[in-house]
Amino acid sequence: MPFIPHTDDDIRSMLAAIGADDIEDLFDEIPADLRCGPLAHVPEAATEMQISRLMHARAEQDGQPLNFAGAGAYEHHIPAAVWQITTRGEFYSAYTPYQAEASQGTLQVIYEYQTMLCGLTGMDVSNASLYDGATALAEAVLMAVRGNRKSKSKTILLPDTVHPLYREVTESICATQGLVFKALPVDRETGQIRRSALNDFAGQDITALIIPHPNFFGRFEAVDKLTDWAHDNGALAIAVVNPLALAVTKAPGTWGSNGVDITCGEGQPLGSPLSSGGPYFGFMACKQALVRQLPGRIVGRTVDLDDKPGFALTLQAREQHIRRSKATSNICTNQGLLVTAATIHMAILGPEGLAQVARASMANTKKLLAELTRLPGVEQVFDVPGFHEAVIRVPGDGQQVLDALGAQNIVGGVALGRWYPDLSDCVLVCATETKLDEDIAAYSDALGGLIQHQFDSGAVPATAVA
Amino acid sequence: MSETPDNLKYAESHEWVQVDDGVATIGITDHAQDALGDLVFVEVPEVGATFDAGDAAAVVESVKAASDVYAPVSGEVIAVNDALADAPELINDEPYGEGWIMRIRMTDDGELDDLMDAEAYAERSADD
Repeated sequence: MPFIPHTDDDIRSMLAAIGADDIEDLFDEIPADLRCGPLAHVPEAATEMQISRLMHARAEQDGQPLNFAGAGAYEHHIPAAVWQITTRGEFYSAYTPYQAEASQGTLQVIYEYQTMLCGLTGMDVSNASLYDGATALAEAVLMAVRGNRKSKSKTILLPDTVHPLYREVTESICATQGLVFKALPVDRETGQIRRSALNDFAGQDITALIIPHPNFFGRFEAVDKLTDWAHDNGALAIAVVNPLALAVTKAPGTWGSNGVDITCGEGQPLGSPLSSGGPYFGFMACKQALVRQLPGRIVGRTVDLDDKPGFALTLQAREQHIRRSKATSNICTNQGLLVTAATIHMAILGPEGLAQVARASMANTKKLLAELTRLPGVEQVFDVPGFHEAVIRVPGDGQQVLDALGAQNIVGGVALGRWYPDLSDCVLVCATETKLDEDIAAYSDALGGLIQHQFDSGAVPATAVA
Repeated sequence: MSETPDNLKYAESHEWVQVDDGVATIGITDHAQDALGDLVFVEVPEVGATFDAGDAAAVVESVKAASDVYAPVSGEVIAVNDALADAPELINDEPYGEGWIMRIRMTDDGELDDLMDAEAYAERSADD
């Protein structure tokens, strides 16, 4: 049953009222070559009963593997109260409310979220969230181009140590905006940005430098030097960070002499379940001087006519419902529900609780690395300090090793060969606070068994791992 | 009734121009500031930027809206009113005085002929 209330007569009379013959006429300003036509690969509609049966069958295929993969989405314990409160009817919306007089509770939650984010990042202002970490980086880049008025080149230094999918998304979103992205290669010893690569750009017109911390390989970058380099060269500094790591690392607002200009990242570690990749939420915070370039919604605290405190959306002149095509962004809503969960998650854990989760995750990853690198042919690749994720080299192709572990119900990490061909025998691994010693032992035993099997079958010569 | 001083030239898009030795001082009119309401932020251009007549050169943001300020004449920006950063209300208080926005060294005096005099602008803005 389609939930469309208009009868054929209704539609005909509405079309007649506006002088159109056909609904198709309403779309005639869209060029024909941009229209997709019939959706050839979409099957005929199924009944609710058929769909229900299909979904149950699919749900049975969905396993509960032991998970050591991170790479941007992390398995953390979420206190039961978080989603119990978040899914109350009063909060249950993705939207930021326009009607302050009817939405003080939701607006206050977002305001508290912004305050917490500013506390974590050390920045002056936060918006009410963006879609996810990757699109937040794209928005940060566009914001830097607007905000750095001294720079004319629209040139962004985008290190290869930034999450490869973030790089793809950012380049896709910015592709039609005349931006130039220059890659900074990975130092193969440290897994950090190769410092000498920056020398090539010193003194040039650079709009912004992106600094991932921890970077895609879980390594910490030389953030103070990178931030100062950016500012010394007239560029803005954009931090891409894991919010959980901020509980135990220096806030981006204090990096270098003056702090970064924009901080963004993926909010999923703060109360969003993995959930097959989404929905998650992106966060963004900046210095006060850039607030009018900040995309998205901002909730502010104010007072009413009787001097009573209250909350309202603020600085809306930046936004597309007012500024139209010259708005700072086409972002008009955000991930309000995930932000509500993050706010409650942070409130329940508190600063010390967040730091404990971060430290426990780092300790578990250390344990995992200690166990795995005892196996023949397994070594840690980048030996500089990092957060709760690291790269290991395995005997053989990384993806094949992961496939074999998968057959034993273990997600052993993320293979790197797809994005870094010279790391095709490498796997990015992560053990959060959710992993017990026996989980780590199970991974180590399974990988040890695979390696033994490879030796036994002669697939890997023993000399290769001596 | 808004003020429209006789010694200035006016653009359709509500900027005023005062020319002195090839340099055009530019602001928005009394009528424009009145329509916008209380200004909360002014984004001035960079000194050294060059504009063609009709280019968006600055932004004025009020509690109601953010609007572009267009360069009424072509040329290079040689000065901007930095006082507006801390006191955007200067435009509300003195649109033709302390509330000036930028100075442009003109490249084509002939463009002044395309602008309106006070009488024409007063008539035009009365229609808004």
